[in-house]
Amino acid sequence: MSDTVQVNRWRRYSDWDERPLRLDRFAKEDPANGFAAFKSPADPKPGLTLSGGRIASMDGVLAHDFDMIDAFIAEYHLDPAIAPEAMAMGSGEVARMLVDMHVPRETLVRLAHGMTPAKLVDVVSQLNAMEIAFAYSKMRPRKTPGNQAHVTNAKDDPLQLAADAAVAAGHGFDEVETTMRVARCAWSNALACLVGSSVGEWGTLFQCSSEEAEELRIGMAGFTSYAETVSVYGTERSFTDGDDTPWSKAFLVAAYASRGIKARCTSGGGSELLMGYHEAKSLLYLEARCLCLQRGMGVQGTQNGGIDGAPITASIAGGMREMMAENLLAVWLDLECASGNDARATESEIRVGAKILPYLIAGSDLICSGFGSILKYDNSFNPSLFNGEEMEDFLTLQRDFEADGGLTPIPEAEALSLRIRAVGAISAVLEELGLASPTEAMKTSVIAASGSRETQTFSTGETARISEEIQARGINVIDVIQALAKRGFHPEAENLLKIVKLRVSGDYLQTSSIIRQGRILSAVNDPNDYAGPGTGYRMTEARRDEINEIRDLIGQSEVLSDQARHRRGESRRIAYAPQGAAPKGAAPHEVVIGISPAFGLQLYQTTAGLALSDVLAALIRGITAGGGVARILRMHHTADTSFLGLTAAEMSGSGFGIGIQAKGTAVIHQRGRMPHNNLELFSNAPITTLAHYENMGRNAARWTHGERPEPVSVPTDGQALGARFHAQVALIYAIETGLTDPNRAPEDITVTFLDAGPETGEMP
Amino acid sequence: MTTRPTRPLTRADFPLAETAPEKVRGARGKPLDALTLDAVMAGEVTIEDLRITPQALLAQAEIARDAGRAALAANFERAAELVHVPQDLIMETYEMLRPGRVKDSATLRARAAMLRHDHGAEKLAEFLETAAIHYQRRGLMPG
Repeated sequence: MSDTVQVNRWRRYSDWDERPLRLDRFAKEDPANGFAAFKSPADPKPGLTLSGGRIASMDGVLAHDFDMIDAFIAEYHLDPAIAPEAMAMGSGEVARMLVDMHVPRETLVRLAHGMTPAKLVDVVSQLNAMEIAFAYSKMRPRKTPGNQAHVTNAKDDPLQLAADAAVAAGHGFDEVETTMRVARCAWSNALACLVGSSVGEWGTLFQCSSEEAEELRIGMAGFTSYAETVSVYGTERSFTDGDDTPWSKAFLVAAYASRGIKARCTSGGGSELLMGYHEAKSLLYLEARCLCLQRGMGVQGTQNGGIDGAPITASIAGGMREMMAENLLAVWLDLECASGNDARATESEIRVGAKILPYLIAGSDLICSGFGSILKYDNSFNPSLFNGEEMEDFLTLQRDFEADGGLTPIPEAEALSLRIRAVGAISAVLEELGLASPTEAMKTSVIAASGSRETQTFSTGETARISEEIQARGINVIDVIQALAKRGFHPEAENLLKIVKLRVSGDYLQTSSIIRQGRILSAVNDPNDYAGPGTGYRMTEARRDEINEIRDLIGQSEVLSDQARHRRGESRRIAYAPQGAAPKGAAPHEVVIGISPAFGLQLYQTTAGLALSDVLAALIRGITAGGGVARILRMHHTADTSFLGLTAAEMSGSGFGIGIQAKGTAVIHQRGRMPHNNLELFSNAPITTLAHYENMGRNAARWTHGERPEPVSVPTDGQALGARFHAQVALIYAIETGLTDPNRAPEDITVTFLDAGPETGEMP
Repeated sequence: MTTRPTRPLTRADFPLAETAPEKVRGARGKPLDALTLDAVMAGEVTIEDLRITPQALLAQAEIARDAGRAALAANFERAAELVHVPQDLIMETYEMLRPGRVKDSATLRARAAMLRHDHGAEKLAEFLETAAIHYQRRGLMPG
């Protein structure tokens, strides 16, 4: 057919191909191969039989067929005194209790002690994403939300670790976690983060993620205060492939407590899938097994919600909802929850923002179990959902939703002084202990650097040598405290002592413990008591003020002082001489330019940064070139563009006029038209150029000759001009409206252009 | 903690470092308020003074139990038994609990007996004995 259109693609698809989203790969739902979020044909039906007070079968498996995980759950998690009652309840009924503000948290926690993994899954599967978030908000153990940071760098540089740990503590992270690029640097990394996090207010808990035995030794030296590397899995083969069993992990948990170190386990959807032993079960069912196991082990908390499995979980239909459901199971089982939002599960910033929102508004013991407080390339765990690059996005989301994400904006000068102090402190410790002598050049480069690619510092090999010496000489936290104090870092020495003293009472071993304002907050003394509006966590006015103080807020004084910077320059370029009340014009090709009340009097630049003298000159130039005669009137009765233009047209001899506000919005109007039915309008002042204004002047003049000129188009690239300019536009407009006088007639203005050259180098 | 109150501790006693600082003591008996920077600088404080004691862990177990966290309390009780177990022995026992490390359940039971006899670790011993049953049942021991 000859009229067949020769097109093989709608190019919108090419546009979509270029979006970051298309870097994400999505998996087909395939339960047989483990790709199912909430349910799989291989998942068992909930069930429990007791015989003589012992569990005879659980979720369809007879006791003598229990694998290690079933056996551990039956032995240590399930409470036979509660199980018959809990298992007999309808899953729908329990699901409704989870979202019923009148049902206390304790009632639900008690019931969970009698529920099998399949039963727990059956209940939470009934909740949609919003209900899961709501239930999470009600069920999380500690009332006050918190957050955790990753502090690492690509060089394992101790100076940078100290500086970045200090900034993380300054932002209010309750916990800081480090790890190494080179395992031998563990002791140095621990020392550096510890010293850095002691700068400022005390109370940041710290962990160094490393090989299990070494992590315990580092903890015993007093360098770390918590651990979260005790991983558990939902299938027996994954467990044994990871070279552990539920009993070995539970033993390790007790060992940490015996050394006064806070511990939590790690699990999360997708880990069994990645390890290749998923038994064709759904992600949520396997995670429910992990969590029942953890409760049975007696660990106070968990880090779950995908974690390393977050990217694969997010590739599956319902994956993000599944991660929320995992976290809900954790808190329902009364575990402290460091709720993932950790490994970056997507390249799409929209998916990143959507992922974090439920946690931000629901709150969480630790919203991220590793917010990358450093740049993405410096994150030795791999990039997080949020990273140093996106810190201000997170701070802004807190402000937008008036939601406490545990972080606080810090002024730029304070961030710098924290870095200076931290680099000074770690350098003093390294020198005092005879480990190394950082040069001034190294310190300076690290203090200023955004990331390790910008630093001149120790090589990783040198750091490994420092680290091995710390270990070999048996240096412990007492030596570090003494070194700090000897070199004049007394507040830091005191802070370190306070952190390490926590382990003597063991108070911070209780569920969901963090330190705030020098005091322990935990699920014991700060329990989540949510029972509807007005209860649970509410920000104080003081906390709200902290969250709101993001950088570069503008108010009327900022707008006025910004405009005032241009006053002197404009006074050398243009003079406005009022000539009294203006008569109506008579000249047939007259184009009246109606300027707004503050134009050139209190406001001197358009939002595009154009000097108003230049804008006026361009309009006049265009009018003249188009065969018109310009006359300038200042309007006092209105600041509205339409009425500026319409009044100008009515006063004009030709019946055509231009109205312009100081911010640059301009219109061509014609006598007799409805106010908002203009001939041409420049509504996007921030992207309007002098050429546009000149062409507008020319067009207005051509209308006076009876032509219908082609309207001037101001092309937009789709910028969110409202977001960029509306705060300042509203403030500017308020200055204009503040000068209006409804009874004052338009005034003729004689404009004189002075030859003062460009407006460079002019400051107030 | 050297002095124990007669009644069991409850949530109201938390945090111990605030409600009863005089009773919170480190491994060498120093009370919390003796652990000052001046004392550290005078060389009077060692890392031993900053170690948790079995008494403190048992106190935390009572608080946890009162807060409805029996499993957490049981963990603190196992931990209390481990406080005086040397680090090498802890790591060796952990190693024995990893898959396939011991050839038969008798080895694990012998370790349980040793912990019970030498360290008074009754709960840990029971824990290991339970593990031995399931390790054997699941074929985690080659022997």
